[in-house]
Amino acid sequence: MHSSATFLIEFGAIILGLGLLGRLAGRLQFSPIPLYLLAGLAFGEGGLLPLGASEEFVAIGAEIGVILLLLMLGLEYTASDLVSNLKTQYPAGLVDMALNALPGAALALLLGWGPVAAVVLAGVTWISSSGVIAKVLGDLGRLGNRETPVILSILVLEDLAMAVYLPIITALLAGVSLAAGSVTLAIALGVAGLVLFVAVRYGRVISRFVSSDDPEKLLLVVLGLTLLVAGLAQQLQVSAAVGAFLVGIALSGEVAEGAHNLLAPLRDLFAAVFFVFFGLHTDPESIPPVILPALALAVVTALTKIATGYWAAHRAGISPKGRWRAGGTLVARGEFSIVIAGLAVTAGIEPDLGPLATAYVLVLVVLGPLTARYTEPIALWLTARRTASADTPPAHGAVPAAKTLEPVDDGGVDR
Amino acid sequence: MSATPLPGIGVKYDLTTREHEHMSVIAHRDGTRTVNLYRSDDPDACARSLHLTVAESAALIDALMPAHHSPNLLHTTDLGLVAERIELAATSHWNGRLLGETRMRTDTGASIVAVLRRAEAIPSPAPDFRLAGGDTLIVIGTREGIEAAAQILGRE
Repeated sequence: MHSSATFLIEFGAIILGLGLLGRLAGRLQFSPIPLYLLAGLAFGEGGLLPLGASEEFVAIGAEIGVILLLLMLGLEYTASDLVSNLKTQYPAGLVDMALNALPGAALALLLGWGPVAAVVLAGVTWISSSGVIAKVLGDLGRLGNRETPVILSILVLEDLAMAVYLPIITALLAGVSLAAGSVTLAIALGVAGLVLFVAVRYGRVISRFVSSDDPEKLLLVVLGLTLLVAGLAQQLQVSAAVGAFLVGIALSGEVAEGAHNLLAPLRDLFAAVFFVFFGLHTDPESIPPVILPALALAVVTALTKIATGYWAAHRAGISPKGRWRAGGTLVARGEFSIVIAGLAVTAGIEPDLGPLATAYVLVLVVLGPLTARYTEPIALWLTARRTASADTPPAHGAVPAAKTLEPVDDGGVDR
Repeated sequence: MSATPLPGIGVKYDLTTREHEHMSVIAHRDGTRTVNLYRSDDPDACARSLHLTVAESAALIDALMPAHHSPNLLHTTDLGLVAERIELAATSHWNGRLLGETRMRTDTGASIVAVLRRAEAIPSPAPDFRLAGGDTLIVIGTREGIEAAAQILGRE
């Protein structure tokens, strides 16, 4: 009896605290993710106020949070979105992977963490935060810009790549052998392919089965189905998150719309719990030693993301200004970097990985909206200054007019 | 007008006017719309982007195309003819009377070309067709003729 009282007090205090932090973030026009992480750090072991009674519940809540994050991601897209993006945009996806996954992997190897940690850190630096970026695009009034479809299709490809990447990482972290690992991967790919196929062909049938006019029933059916499939996927070593993502993909049209609206508040609640949980499991004292590598990684991968966006927008025939905007917008990392790092932390590999990922995401989730806003003016200013000093140093009066028209040639692409 | 899918957001429709001005409308998944105008110095970027709720976009459609959305009007031709739906009230004078008794074509020049009753449509009703309250009559004629017809059919 007594412990249930302490549980309610603790859990209530956490949620209330998160609500107030979210408000603060809203007032500062910021993503609340860094604040949630900081809150977790403050409450966790070695923090200001260690929690006891509610820890187990928070752990389960965090798991549901990840499942809901991925389910909602799946609901955002239709299977045909994914297929058509894959067909036309795969070069951008490949460049994105090569430029952004490699720095993470390289750093992990450099620190001597071994190959598994390298694959994990590669994922952390690779995947941009769809949530933060979609919000930034809306806030800056750039939804109609010509580079926006390019940005979105890179995000779609990353999300699709997650469906392949997560099972791999789950298998690796479980420490299975190469043979068993490839079986798992084959199962995962097979299931993902099958779901995509079924969703394209029979999406309407599945949706009709799930569909219900009554919001209560729709909520229960979708949530139940998702948790069930996620659990089964986990059992098959495919990762619960991917199962949830595939359920989201399979639902379409009106059902997806309805489920989206019903589940959004639930997702917000449990996702916040997930970020706190991740912070809880990171000892604040473990962060200072990794702060320098985290910062270096953040700077390098911010630049590689900018290069990725620049290249992809260039490929789509967009003018230099738009290319810089596309690059700057993609910098934000967030929820999925934490999801990936979270898997590694619960599996208990490399103890420094959690703190490093926390510091890394903290930096980039704050920096992302800023680079989205300022990459273009800064890049134009820099290139204009360089060309101005190289071409005609004395003619100062004539330069400003020429500045904006000066095309940024490809020699000046990478910073 | 070209359409570009924006995965996770909706669909973007682009329009370049005859005067080479470019604008676009984003139809969001939730039914709201964003109207974008582009910068002249950077045609890839929005200069102004206006987010409209469902009701606001409906109001805008009405303003752009008044005839299109008015529920009473089926079609306006270039010949000055108008088609209109006129509903008979349950208390109408014509409830239970024959169509011929309205002397519609003689008095107004407008023709009743069809009657909609519940789920069925009766095309070209004859003068001995018996009207009932709740019927919707499709009337075609000049603007003045239709107005006169509406007056006759409105008799209680």
